[in-house]
Amino acid sequence: MSEMLTNEPVQSSEQTMRGLFLAVLKRDLLLSYRRRSDLVNPLIFFLMVATLFPLGVSPEPDFLAQLAPGVVWVAALLSTLLSMDSVFRSDFEDGTLEQTLLSPQPLFVVVLGKVIAHWMLTGLPLALLAPVLGIMLFLPDGGMGGLMISLLLGTPTLSLVGAIGAALTVGLRKGGVLISLLVLPLYIPVLIFGTSAVQAAVTGLPLGGYLALLGAMLALGIVMAPLAIGAALRISVSG
Amino acid sequence: MSFDSFSDFLAMGGHGLYVWLSYAIALFVIVINLVSPVLRKKQLVSELVRRLRREKNAS
Amino acid sequence: MGKLLPWFAIVTAALLVSGIVWALAFAPSDYQQGNSFRIIYIHVPSAILAQSCYMLMAIAGAIGLIWKMKVADMVAKSSAPIGATMALLALVTGAIWGKPTWGSWWVWDARLTSMLILLFLYLGVIALNSAIESEATAAQATAVLALVGLVNIPIIKYSVEWWNTLHQPATFTLTERPAMPAEMWVPLLVMVIGFYCFFAVSLMLRTRNEILHRERRARWVRELIEKQ
Repeated sequence: MSEMLTNEPVQSSEQTMRGLFLAVLKRDLLLSYRRRSDLVNPLIFFLMVATLFPLGVSPEPDFLAQLAPGVVWVAALLSTLLSMDSVFRSDFEDGTLEQTLLSPQPLFVVVLGKVIAHWMLTGLPLALLAPVLGIMLFLPDGGMGGLMISLLLGTPTLSLVGAIGAALTVGLRKGGVLISLLVLPLYIPVLIFGTSAVQAAVTGLPLGGYLALLGAMLALGIVMAPLAIGAALRISVSG
Repeated sequence: MSFDSFSDFLAMGGHGLYVWLSYAIALFVIVINLVSPVLRKKQLVSELVRRLRREKNAS
Repeated sequence: MGKLLPWFAIVTAALLVSGIVWALAFAPSDYQQGNSFRIIYIHVPSAILAQSCYMLMAIAGAIGLIWKMKVADMVAKSSAPIGATMALLALVTGAIWGKPTWGSWWVWDARLTSMLILLFLYLGVIALNSAIESEATAAQATAVLALVGLVNIPIIKYSVEWWNTLHQPATFTLTERPAMPAEMWVPLLVMVIGFYCFFAVSLMLRTRNEILHRERRARWVRELIEKQ
């Protein structure tokens, strides 16, 4: 992270903010590109969970089609959660996180950059992969668009809220299960409106209202969650 | 009094099991919530007493 | 606190005993649900208490976080288990009430579902608090989580209610009824106040323990122990 903190020429504050955001984003994307297994694991998990449902319940197309919106959404939610633990973990272990907290740069922007990077590596590929799952679960073609848009709007909120849990547990050795415990109840509204959007799309009802609600939650999350994440990181690192 | 006899009162119009069960559970929860802090205090005090005695013996 | 406690204990006992006797023996039975309706006198107070307890926990946590008041941290920590047991009590009595009313132990009714989620939030707070070893850090982290939960509770409640109306229109809710007669709601009020007083007593007892535990190296604790 040192290059990003020192090589920054003096600019207007707006430009430095954007520069900081982009630098954090680039760094996190580059780091995870170098460790590709972490990148692919949530996606494989996503596919596997969806495979379990026909095996565990019934391969009947009509039945699966009814189940599909919920299954895809729950699988996306769980695989986001699975990758959540690693957002701050390596930075915490090698001391980068402490340096970031001590640096004069606004924590809000740094945290937002990290979360967006996490979303680009999990939520975005999940949304792009979702139609494959939709086909496997016999989701009607009309629902595909709704599924992808609702996932695109909903998964950033999942990343933002999940990062609060990750920040709170980053100082603990066994944070993995605890994160799910803290964060899953908070995921419920996103799950409800996400699956409802898909169901509306399947039945041909207008889904603008659901997407608006998902967008509202995302807007609220972008404004509020980085504050909570920042506070939680300060507590975890100093304690 | 909205019941004619004591057996009526126990039966609760056929729903006796449900009514009495929920009141029993409620009482249990309330009592647990009051007794457990009291027990915890006893435990804390005895721990502190023991530590004090140890420190006195050591010095 | 030491002087107030016995008074609160007496008031709690008086209110709860009179409330329970009134609720069980003297309140009229409901014309639709018969005597199973008497469970309302446990269910509603515990549900109300579970919700206000979360509010208190989050506010106390915020005070501890902002003004670094140790007592506020302790109050927040002490209120979590009481709130969790109250949420559990509301759920169990709701299930028991559901059996004669709906014919099944559990229905995905909006209120019961949001109470279940509230219980999950409590369990998360308790789990986080017990996972962090340093008491000061645990208190701060819990406060952040409780505040995040507080912001989320209205959103969760709204979304669950909306989801419920979508999936099961016109369910028969447990507690919503037009204009309850005075013979019915007066004992309910007595029970609600009684539950609040019980909460105050339990909270005081727990907070005193917490103070004793955290200040175990302080001189006044040593002097207190030496007297015994």
